[in-house]
Amino acid sequence: MKGSKILLECLKKEGVEIIFGYPGGVVLPLFDEIYSEKQIKLVLVRHEQGAAHMADGYARSTGKVGVCLATSGPGATNLVTGIATAYMDSVPIIALTGQVLTSHIGNDAFQEADITGITRPIVKHNYLVRKTKDIPQIIKNSFYIASTGRPGPVVIDLPKDVLIGDVDFQYPDAPNLRGYKPNYEGNKLQIKKAVELIEKAQRPVIYIGGGVIISGASAEVIALAEKINAPVTTTLMGIGSIPWNHPLYIGMLGMHGTKYANYSVQESDLLIAIGARFDDRVTGDVKTFAPHADIIHIDIDSASIGKIIKVDVPIVGDAKRIVKEIVDLVKKKEHKEWLEKVNKWKQDFPLTYNNEGEVIKPQYVIEKIHELTKGEAIITTEVGQNQMWAAQFYKVSKPRTFITSGGLGTMGYGFPAAIGAQAGNPGKIVFDIAGDGSIQMNIQELATAVKYNFPVKVAILNNGYLGMVRQWQELFFGKRYSHTYIEDSVDFVKLAEAYGAKGLRATKKEEVVKVLDEALSYNGPVLIDFRISKEENVWPMVPAGASLNNMLEGELA
Amino acid sequence: MSDKRKIIGVIVENQPGVLARIAGLFSSRNFNIESLAVGETEDPTTSRMTIVARGDEIVLEQIEKQLNKLIDVIKVIDMTDEDYVERELALIKINTEGKDKTEIMHYINIFKGKVMDTSHDTIMVEITGNDERINSFLNIMKDFGIKEMVRTGPVALIREKKKRD
Repeated sequence: MKGSKILLECLKKEGVEIIFGYPGGVVLPLFDEIYSEKQIKLVLVRHEQGAAHMADGYARSTGKVGVCLATSGPGATNLVTGIATAYMDSVPIIALTGQVLTSHIGNDAFQEADITGITRPIVKHNYLVRKTKDIPQIIKNSFYIASTGRPGPVVIDLPKDVLIGDVDFQYPDAPNLRGYKPNYEGNKLQIKKAVELIEKAQRPVIYIGGGVIISGASAEVIALAEKINAPVTTTLMGIGSIPWNHPLYIGMLGMHGTKYANYSVQESDLLIAIGARFDDRVTGDVKTFAPHADIIHIDIDSASIGKIIKVDVPIVGDAKRIVKEIVDLVKKKEHKEWLEKVNKWKQDFPLTYNNEGEVIKPQYVIEKIHELTKGEAIITTEVGQNQMWAAQFYKVSKPRTFITSGGLGTMGYGFPAAIGAQAGNPGKIVFDIAGDGSIQMNIQELATAVKYNFPVKVAILNNGYLGMVRQWQELFFGKRYSHTYIEDSVDFVKLAEAYGAKGLRATKKEEVVKVLDEALSYNGPVLIDFRISKEENVWPMVPAGASLNNMLEGELA
Repeated sequence: MSDKRKIIGVIVENQPGVLARIAGLFSSRNFNIESLAVGETEDPTTSRMTIVARGDEIVLEQIEKQLNKLIDVIKVIDMTDEDYVERELALIKINTEGKDKTEIMHYINIFKGKVMDTSHDTIMVEITGNDERINSFLNIMKDFGIKEMVRTGPVALIREKKKRD
């Protein structure tokens, strides 16, 4: 069997249904094989970066491994941002890249790039396949590596002669990785210590991240919160792991977190961190972060523990199993006084914005999207103000429905990720909450959305600025708006139409609902240009490196 | 926190690109690497690296954890607090022009060095030992003048526990 055919057979064995890809010289043998392939669908993108983000959005929204494919050289390097994005947020994707003939490697051949070298620091693992007969074992290993332990991207570089080579095909039953054994069971002694700390605590806070979603530990975490009556705060990546309206939920913490989440963390005497990694956008100044708290840290990645902050009880393993064990062992707690205090903060410092006047407020648009989709949409975001407003004002009920580039902060992520999420969730409404800056970074994928009729809706919160950078310039650089005014010169409605999509615009608050209704009733991709208030800021805000107590606030009504 | 010296044995897959993964990890994570020596082991499918690194406790712990995360790393052995044998080899070319060669030879003998090559104004010496031993030899030779030198970086193995009967 030919290498290309072997590759496709292996992908089928791993349950792959869809590949996001783009052809090119050295992957011609593979595309030729795909031409007559019935089981696996290839979605042809317009830029390889789009393919990587689509695979990522598909993976985050379904929990399956996403697959993207590009040719050698520039095709492969165009994947890099998408791979790095997936790496930072622990997303299982497989990136297949073409490579020049093995005999040409190292000769600066046409469209040659050392993609295993380039991606080494941003992958969980990568392979340069040297022989056709190695394909099956490498595919088996790659899917296992990508999807287990702390998930992450795997790059498989395939020289043209490897794709052409002809050998017998047999798919291995198991990976052969003696250096990789993810550890799922938590240490019993540590779990016992954690239980003791929890029972001793007076003011516990549960702080959860994306690891809870990856592990599928929502039910266990909620059970823990309810049993010990502890407020729960999430990171950006953890949004959706607990329903927004759960009485113990106190929203997101950190730089643009709620005041009540940050106050709770700062006052807590015990922080139970689950699948979170104490990112600088969460902790602010590490020295003054949660100053009174003992810390329990549960994470599948031992290197995440003790990296940023000293931990009292480290537990390495799977969040779901460990939290369940803790729930079974721990005694019920009330924490009446503590919850009263937290709820008082919740009442006194709600997330809010000034919605007076005719001008469209971005927060209002997001609230309306929530209302009109009954909170059942899959939301993706770009990066910047749009992302933070979405995190603050879109009320998320379920895991895997709020999809955003957290670690790397990749502008241009949201739209292709939405297409990937739509591909994995055909019946669902998928909404990309975008900015006028970010959306232009992968706008070419409108052609992909139109061609395959992925009915993704894009809400552009258009303020004519690179809003988050402008906000920093306003606050920390004396309002010197150096190169952040991008002018509202792009006609997004015409642009949508040029691609064969639907374009809509709202310039007044009263038009928002009407336009959203129209978008939602249209069976196809829609780009909506919301002309929002130009200098709206994201509040509250902890300046970079400051203590979480030090929250700036705008002028709110 | 003060910096500590850590000596680690790393058993890795004997495959292309593994050295780059390890070296890349140290540079991308901003770890300080003092030396790295690598070669095949008793099992030809694996190589063993001996890495000497410096850093505070947090950094040293991270080095071990991050190494363990690499798929091609089979085992990480922290030897720092173990009873281990450490050996390094150095080749040193010493300037002998106008110097007392017998004095130089005297030191070479004390340090059990081997003369590998001589010319009319240099001697090349091979010396093995631990870090400390090589450093003290070099210190003495500095007075004579070192023309050139190369060190392998230490390799190390933990001693077997002795049976008592």
